[in-house]
Amino acid sequence: MKIITAIIRPEKLPDVLEALFKADVRGLSISRAQGHGGEIVQVTNYRGTTAKMELHEKVRIDIGVSDPFVDVTVQVVMKAARTGEVGDGKIFVIPVDKVYRIRTGEEDVDAVTPPMIEGSV
Amino acid sequence: MNGADIGWMILATGMVLLMTPALAFFYGGLVRSKNALNTMMMSFASLAVVGVLWALAGYTLAFAPGNAAIGGLDYLFLRGVDLQAKGMIPHLLFMCYQGTFAVITAALVSGAIVERMRFSAYLVFIGLWSLVVYAPVAHWVWGGGWLGTLGTLDFAGGTVVHVNAGVAALVAALVLGPRRDHGRQAFLPHNVPLVLLGTGLLWFGWLGFNGGSALAANNAAALAAVNTVLAPMATATVWMLLDMYRTKRMTAVGAATGIVVGLVAITPAAGFIGPRAALALGAIAALPSYYGIIWRSRTRLDDSLDVTPAHGLGGIVGALLTGVFARAAWGGADGWIAGKPSQVLIQAAGVAATLIYSGAASFVLLKAIALVMPLRPPEREEAVGLDVWEHGEEAYSSGEGAILVLSDDGGDR
Repeated sequence: MKIITAIIRPEKLPDVLEALFKADVRGLSISRAQGHGGEIVQVTNYRGTTAKMELHEKVRIDIGVSDPFVDVTVQVVMKAARTGEVGDGKIFVIPVDKVYRIRTGEEDVDAVTPPMIEGSV
Repeated sequence: MNGADIGWMILATGMVLLMTPALAFFYGGLVRSKNALNTMMMSFASLAVVGVLWALAGYTLAFAPGNAAIGGLDYLFLRGVDLQAKGMIPHLLFMCYQGTFAVITAALVSGAIVERMRFSAYLVFIGLWSLVVYAPVAHWVWGGGWLGTLGTLDFAGGTVVHVNAGVAALVAALVLGPRRDHGRQAFLPHNVPLVLLGTGLLWFGWLGFNGGSALAANNAAALAAVNTVLAPMATATVWMLLDMYRTKRMTAVGAATGIVVGLVAITPAAGFIGPRAALALGAIAALPSYYGIIWRSRTRLDDSLDVTPAHGLGGIVGALLTGVFARAAWGGADGWIAGKPSQVLIQAAGVAATLIYSGAASFVLLKAIALVMPLRPPEREEAVGLDVWEHGEEAYSSGEGAILVLSDDGGDR
């Protein structure tokens, strides 16, 4: 199993989510992040104060996946999040020792496989 | 002239002035946080640009003696607009009071095109629109033009303000096209409490809008103010019941929308109908706008904040119902119920003329501006949000990572 952590542009989040769901990757968490990746700084003005915003709003997506899903997930995120300009973000693939699903106590691959709930697509 | 009339009209001018910032809150809360400032600035900038243009040229086109279609140039640059009486109040105060109407009417249009219009193109549009569309239509009804002569009843601007802004909004939404992720993504209001705050301030200001349209501190002002309290109460009640019926929940945004629709609908009727009629008018007005908004949201028409169903449809319903409920005993003229059914047709003529003229002229204006400058921002800037790109500010800045720049270079985009 791996955990895939992607830092992406907030405005690309709808594209990435749509692409992930289409690729059957459904278990994920997102959080807001602020990051610096060398992109052009935004300049803001408030009365006499001019500020350069060194940290940009980003979204962090964490996806726990079983090994067969690693490549497809990475490719899907990379394609959907790319604009071609500096600041598109990063994808980290990190090994995971153990995974547990809290509700059932299932471990590892079972725990990162979406449960088949009746009525779900 | 007496102190009571002048005092009331100064206060009413301030109250209508406050409606434009109130509209900024109403609209600002309904958009996403990345466009909050841009949306609010669309209203605030109208206070500046349209206000100045009104004083310089709009007022004379609307209210100077002229022909049936448009006013003359007697009051150009406020020449001859002084403290002499115009009705019960100083001429200058009358000009200023009417100016606050021009400002909010132009700002109302912005709700249809939020989150996707270049700010510069928007300013050019509302500036020209206030002269080419608002001023003549105001002249038709209030300045001695042909609709007034025909006998159209419009106490405080149901047709001049709301039908006018509603159809211009529809045209603007069509010309600009939908936001790029319209139909794919759900656009949720980023701050509903701001919407409610704006609604409350709009209601307060609207007592000056309708009550002040009596242009004196008299019985007509009292009647208009009371009707402006009663009608939206009925609209909001019906609106909440419709919400309950449809979704089993009464929504806050729904209640706020119902209040605004009720305010719009009572505007043409405020000084012409009795209080029971005002309650009935308010209740009836909820239905077309409620279902109009639901229908609109299922189409590809991205009238983003529903200006057309709320102000256009609400204004049309109010204008027609004025022809139904009006009673000369309260003021104005008799309508259908009081024995003059043809008043409804006269009202419909006013609505139709405004729809046609404002719709066509708004279309031509936008197309002409598009020849000179792009109407929409680049795709990427629209995705990131217009606050930083257009204004160099953020509504909700965390402040983290902000590095002070010591030169007084404002920075470039």
